[in-house]
Amino acid sequence: MKKILLSSIILIIGITFIGRLSYLQIFSFPTDNLLEDPAIKPIYDYPERGYIYDRNGKLLVGNDPAYDVMVIPREVKPLDTLEFCKLIGLDKEVLITKLKKARVYSPRLPSVLVPQLSKEDYAKLQEKMRHFEGFYIQKRSLRYYDTKSAANVLGYISEVNERDLAQNPYYVQGELKGRTGVEKTYEDTLRGEKGIQYIQKDRFNRDIGPYKDGALDTPPEQGREISITIDKDLQEYGELLMHGKRGGVVALEPSSGEILSMISGPTYDPSLLVGRKRSKNYSKLHYDSISKPLFDRSISAEGSPGSPFKTLNALIALQEGVMTPETKIKCYNGFYVGNTKRGCHCGGGVRDMNIGIYRSCNAYFAGTFRKIYDKYETTDEGMDVWEKHMRSFGLGGYLGSDLHTGRPGRIPSKEYYDSWYGDNRWTSSFIISNAIGQGEVAATPIQLANMTSAIANRGHFFTPHILKKVDGKDITIPEFTELKQTSIDRKHFEPIVRGMANVYEKGTARWVQVPGIEIAGKTGTVENYTIIDSVKTQLTDHSVFVAFAPVNKPKIAIAVYIENGYYGGRYAGHIASLMIEKYIKGEITRKDLEKRMLDRTLEHEYAKPYSGEEFKINEYVW
Amino acid sequence: MSGKSLLKRIDWLTIFIYLALVVIGWVSIYSSTFTEADPSIFNFATLHGKQLFFFGVSIIAIIVIMALEASFYERFSSLMYVISIVLLLGLFIFGKTIAGATSWYDLGFFNLQPSEFAKVASALALAKYLSDIQTDIKRPKHQLFALGIILLPAILIVPQPDPGSALVFFALIFVIFREGLPLYYLVIGLLTILVFVATLMFGTIWIAIILGLLIVLFFLLKKKKFKVPIFPLILVVVTTILFSLSVDFVFNNVFEQRHRDRFSLWLRLEKDPNKLEQIRKTIGYNTYQSEKAIESGGFFGKGFLEGTRTKGDFVPEQHTDYIFSTVGEEWGFLGTALVILLFTILFLRLVYLAERQKNAFPRMYGYGVISILLIHYFINIGMVIGILPTIGIPLPFFSYGGSGLLFFTILLFIFLKLDSNRLKEGI
Repeated sequence: MKKILLSSIILIIGITFIGRLSYLQIFSFPTDNLLEDPAIKPIYDYPERGYIYDRNGKLLVGNDPAYDVMVIPREVKPLDTLEFCKLIGLDKEVLITKLKKARVYSPRLPSVLVPQLSKEDYAKLQEKMRHFEGFYIQKRSLRYYDTKSAANVLGYISEVNERDLAQNPYYVQGELKGRTGVEKTYEDTLRGEKGIQYIQKDRFNRDIGPYKDGALDTPPEQGREISITIDKDLQEYGELLMHGKRGGVVALEPSSGEILSMISGPTYDPSLLVGRKRSKNYSKLHYDSISKPLFDRSISAEGSPGSPFKTLNALIALQEGVMTPETKIKCYNGFYVGNTKRGCHCGGGVRDMNIGIYRSCNAYFAGTFRKIYDKYETTDEGMDVWEKHMRSFGLGGYLGSDLHTGRPGRIPSKEYYDSWYGDNRWTSSFIISNAIGQGEVAATPIQLANMTSAIANRGHFFTPHILKKVDGKDITIPEFTELKQTSIDRKHFEPIVRGMANVYEKGTARWVQVPGIEIAGKTGTVENYTIIDSVKTQLTDHSVFVAFAPVNKPKIAIAVYIENGYYGGRYAGHIASLMIEKYIKGEITRKDLEKRMLDRTLEHEYAKPYSGEEFKINEYVW
Repeated sequence: MSGKSLLKRIDWLTIFIYLALVVIGWVSIYSSTFTEADPSIFNFATLHGKQLFFFGVSIIAIIVIMALEASFYERFSSLMYVISIVLLLGLFIFGKTIAGATSWYDLGFFNLQPSEFAKVASALALAKYLSDIQTDIKRPKHQLFALGIILLPAILIVPQPDPGSALVFFALIFVIFREGLPLYYLVIGLLTILVFVATLMFGTIWIAIILGLLIVLFFLLKKKKFKVPIFPLILVVVTTILFSLSVDFVFNNVFEQRHRDRFSLWLRLEKDPNKLEQIRKTIGYNTYQSEKAIESGGFFGKGFLEGTRTKGDFVPEQHTDYIFSTVGEEWGFLGTALVILLFTILFLRLVYLAERQKNAFPRMYGYGVISILLIHYFINIGMVIGILPTIGIPLPFFSYGGSGLLFFTILLFIFLKLDSNRLKEGI
């Protein structure tokens, strides 16, 4: 018994130890992550963020070096405070409080003492810095904008938040990340990869040399420069024209789907969201809930498309074979839905398709719409066909562009109306407003531009996109380079294009012709309402215009949507024609027209609903 | 048989394991004191260099031990014991203080720690006394004298202060058990510890409940004719509960907060995460860091000289008391399991060797050697892997320390010398 006792104790101890060790080393073995090892400190080497150029190689966004004076409180030795204060431009008291604050944050870790020194101060300081132990200068790079435009396209960058950190392990507290626009979409491309150097630390957090002699360190990978499809001159010009107006303008290159400009009014100078004043400026923009400068109307504002929509209904009627361009419909200065008369401003009379388009006859297109539905036995079938055609133009859904924001618009389906009226409780007369682009349909300016681009191309389009080149090489992203066919045959487009050309020659936009350029366009005037003191109140119509030019070899397709700009030929028509001229000719010949647009604002219109007084809408004076 | 040379009679398995442990230990010291600036091995200014030097000294000591007559150790054991007591007493006057403990003599080229020598001397003296033909361990007077041999050096070591080393001497009690001290002493001792720990962990109420359940079980299982000793049973129950209550009282009113903290750390009594964090940063720091270092080694370890926590000196005293955590981090479970295995084989081998002795003195000395080595191994590794409270004693053959390595070697090899001589003596 006594002989076995000691051996048993030895074995029990051995088994206990092995058990405990296997618990520690096998079962609670932590994940093998160097970044979580307290003995390893990663030091990051940030590459410069890639530059952004416009389609013609003009710089839009670059980087500016900024210099922060940093301090590590523990390493600070007694210093000549007077000289130091003079050098960094701080009062002695301020310096002392700042040092105290830094020490409270951490005696070991660096804190920013003076952020963003000017280059001059930096030059002065740099030489003398080594006399002041515990202080050093850290170079950072800030975004620098070579334009005051395109804030909505370019987007901005800001510090990563908790959610970003949880979602993407790449980021570390304090790093910057693209928030909107191109900066967000092409974050990975622009950002590059930060280099990591692993440093072995001891338990006092002191560096004691590279970990594994730097075998695991990675060098930084440069951020790549990109060119975007925006035409800097056109964008800047468009924003000038949009001064004082709310709405969106999108110009596309029909042959590629490239976005030439994308303007949202009102907008802001992108440099507002850089540097020390960033958060203050951001709050200011964010809380402007009336004009909403951060809201990108060009891609997110869903509105009734108005009369430009008529062109699509005409195309569907031709494709479905329910009409020919010669089919005639009589306009009684309006048309009847049941016993109610709806108005028309075309002047009345017998209309064929051509005149229907260029005079924008409501009665003609109400008839067209009915014919499409009457082809099918049930409204449901008609609705399905109509919806399918509409969607093939990129309406009623996300376009799939490389911009993160945006809204899908709306092309109503039979289910949509079933939920409103009940199954089989509605007919084409219920939804007749869709014939003229009012009613339930909704589209964003970029969708309208894309639709116009599809007409300009006579039946196909390329998904609108913003990226043109990466490191000087043209993109080969299939989603953007492959052609998307609409459901309308090419042969049906010519009468529509003809009608749209006549809009300029003799129709609703004859006042905004551009000498020497043949343009096809379509005006739109959109009735709209708001609620003032719980009363539905009509406001001045939205001014809508879509156009492409030149008619036979289209280089630009544009959609302009100006809130409360009255009829289509007014603000929208003017802006569209000026932008087309600017893009194709490079200069403006009609200086008076240009001056009128640059000077006039719609602020008085936007003030009306907030005035608290009675107001008139759709005033002819201008 | 007796004509065979010493080399044939000596137990090579033990020597092999000894060498393996010393080599692994030295490699761990090299790793935990390694600096990129000075990777040389034979630099005696470095700690691993010094340890290597003492390994050389140990080899010389082994040769001397083997060269001496086996009877020398039995004959001079009393003298050595007296010398060790004198050396311990001398510390009160001439001692050198390192890290708060006056445990060393400054001999110029190295610091001698007499408590290490006292371990060897006490083991020898105890074996000598117990093997004396006139000693009868059944007699309380002799029991007390044997206990005195063990307690005297321990009492002298406690005020150094070095309670850890003092504790080691109590392990020698095991030798007395082997030689006839009734086992119930041991059983009562163990039960006392059990009740103590259980009181801290679960409280007196649970002790009473468990006792009650045990008695019920006892009555259910007892044979019908068995007469229950009612009075002793009541005595046991009352004593246990009183003891448990007094533990509670002592713990809360006599212990200081730092003592309480050690126990609450050991028994995982603290559940409040804030206080736990506080304990980890103060008294639990070493244990926490050492556990984490071992844990981070995983199954295969990080590799030689690749232990990030070892390199970063995250575990304090890593080259001495916490040397095992280096093995854990750099060699993983494979390494730690190998070390445990080597120690286990060593101890079982030593038990076997002790038991095959025909004479009492070498057998009792053998048990003394096992007891001393085993308690070091048990307390040290138990502490490093976080299952025992923090008690600072070195891991034999592993931890950095010249006196330690030298005297553990002497302790072991005297036994091997005695063992190699067993057949001669028998004639």
